[in-house]
Amino acid sequence: MKRVALVGMPNTGKSTLFNRLTGASARTGNWPGVTVELASARVLAGRHMVELVDLPGLYDLHGFSDDERVVRHFLEAAPVDALVVVLNASQLDRQLALALQVKALGLPTLVLLNMTDEARRHGIRIDEAGLAAGLGLPVAALSAKLGTGQAGAVRRLASLLDGAGPARDAALREALEEDHRREAAVESLLARHVHVPPRLSETASDRLDRVVLHPWLGLPIFFLAMLAIFQAVFLLGSPLQDGVEALFDAVRKSALEALLAPLPDFARGILLDGVWAGVGTVAAFVPLIVVFFFFLAAVEDSGYLSRAAFLTDSLMARLGLDGRAFVMLLMGFGCNVPALMGTRVMRDRPMRLLSMLTIPLSLCSARLQVFVFIAAAIFRPAVAPWVLFGLYVTSFLAVIVTALAFKGRFASREPFVIELPPWRAPTLRLVALRGWLEVKHFLRRATTFIFVGVVAVWLLTHLPVGAAPAGPATLAGWIGHALQPVLGPLGIDERLAVALLFGFVAKEVVIGAFAVIYGLEGDALAGELARSMDWVAATSFMIFTLVYTPCLSAIATLRTESRSVGFTALAIAWPLGLAWVASFAFYQGMRALGL
Amino acid sequence: MSELRPLSDLNPGDHGVIAAVHAPEDLGKRLTALGFSTGRPLQLVRRALLRGPLQVRLGTTDVALRLAEAAGIQVRLAAPGSA
Repeated sequence: MKRVALVGMPNTGKSTLFNRLTGASARTGNWPGVTVELASARVLAGRHMVELVDLPGLYDLHGFSDDERVVRHFLEAAPVDALVVVLNASQLDRQLALALQVKALGLPTLVLLNMTDEARRHGIRIDEAGLAAGLGLPVAALSAKLGTGQAGAVRRLASLLDGAGPARDAALREALEEDHRREAAVESLLARHVHVPPRLSETASDRLDRVVLHPWLGLPIFFLAMLAIFQAVFLLGSPLQDGVEALFDAVRKSALEALLAPLPDFARGILLDGVWAGVGTVAAFVPLIVVFFFFLAAVEDSGYLSRAAFLTDSLMARLGLDGRAFVMLLMGFGCNVPALMGTRVMRDRPMRLLSMLTIPLSLCSARLQVFVFIAAAIFRPAVAPWVLFGLYVTSFLAVIVTALAFKGRFASREPFVIELPPWRAPTLRLVALRGWLEVKHFLRRATTFIFVGVVAVWLLTHLPVGAAPAGPATLAGWIGHALQPVLGPLGIDERLAVALLFGFVAKEVVIGAFAVIYGLEGDALAGELARSMDWVAATSFMIFTLVYTPCLSAIATLRTESRSVGFTALAIAWPLGLAWVASFAFYQGMRALGL
Repeated sequence: MSELRPLSDLNPGDHGVIAAVHAPEDLGKRLTALGFSTGRPLQLVRRALLRGPLQVRLGTTDVALRLAEAAGIQVRLAAPGSA
């Protein structure tokens, strides 16, 4: 087995190439020496089985960004047999230097000129053989998007590996920092082997940009586009999600309940309401993640994501974030889980952590269900929509307060200098592949955590054996009682506290929990809620439910995406504190006003 | 002799040649990798609202950067009209 790493600048189609070569067999995993997960897969090159590793995009092998460090640490810690440098054929003027930097590492190296289709459209002609001779490295040209030239590239890789000896020692690699010589070499290579027309004609991409990046129209168009995508994700995703839930329910009713009937109540309960419900919770996220990443990959691959960063930068920079964080925040209003996973498009870790801290505060569709139910039960129909609107405003305020409070701690080190790639039509195959790989990632990383959480909450609400479920005699009832000194000043009584414990699993479960706790359903439950709390207590409870903690699936995602237990703890503790302060201020403020 | 101006002061449509790049090392490396080096021609394509970032064209690459970063890049403007 030979290990080969792919390196290249962002926007060179490196990941497209990786996906093209490896298909759905890729998996992300941990590597020695680096703190991010890297995708790898096995592919056959001639007679060699190759483990191909996709390294993060970098501009400079000696640069200071997180990704650039990752590439260096990887190359130091994990021996590779060969490197493949992917260059954008239409931007060789500034990318050839990277090939020379990589060459200086002294490892067998293949140079791939990608995006030959775009280069041809620009009228750029490249003398491959001459360039290969000048560089002293084998060169192959291809279009990873269209798949042309792929076979030739793999053949070149195979013959490179035929001649490759064992990887050379690390000592060689630090004989670098010869930027001036490299620059001169680049100049002469370009002059001899690459022909670029002196002035590029206005392209279709430029014409589209004139509208999309228009000083006044740009932002409204962006908001409309995001709104359309948001609607599309949840119009497509929600019925699928309901379908999965219905399927799990049907299996439970038609098969499992009869099958497990002979078991004692407790064992049947833990299997049905603990284990089976836990599996269902995980499964219900699958369609949403697929649909979300389908659209996100399309937005990212088309080039709109970098343009969103350009458009919203002047607003978001004040919060220590950028336009990519804005896109994820917005998506968080549908469901926090895929939005948290989507922050991976941000390459700078501090900014990524800051946006992961703010996303769970967006009022997701699960919380909306709870608020619609409570608002309808407590408020007159004319007032209820304004209560919901107020909760959305509260959600935005919580995001802004959090970003302002933590932007110093998670200060971005990365300069805002990004490429605006030309508009490109995303390919269906790659977009679909992305959705599938993300689901695999979510299932592998989050399943156990969510599952254990669901079972634990079930146990809390059903132990000791024989107590009425979620009643005052259970562990949960006892916790609700013990928390009264803390939650009482917010107008949250013992029964509501138990409902919050359920809401930890998934926010929409709060309504189901009311049904169990009060022993009532539907209108009867709504009536009992209206009798047992006034509007101040109900609003205080809703504010607390909005902010108090990310749901179990969101926490599982926070943990796997941040790879830090400390950060996950902060992402739970901060909203809890914020929720308490906000609800306390509201409840006591209203009471002080005599309401 | 044409005038020297920081990139952050250019108007949309202005052409010029990079005369100097003043930046701390990490920013400098990023700028170099994206094509900002002395002697290269560039064009300011557009500015975002509210003193937002600039879109700059260098050869076949379009780059977005903030005013603070652009202030360190000195540009020798081409005479108006000479595209």
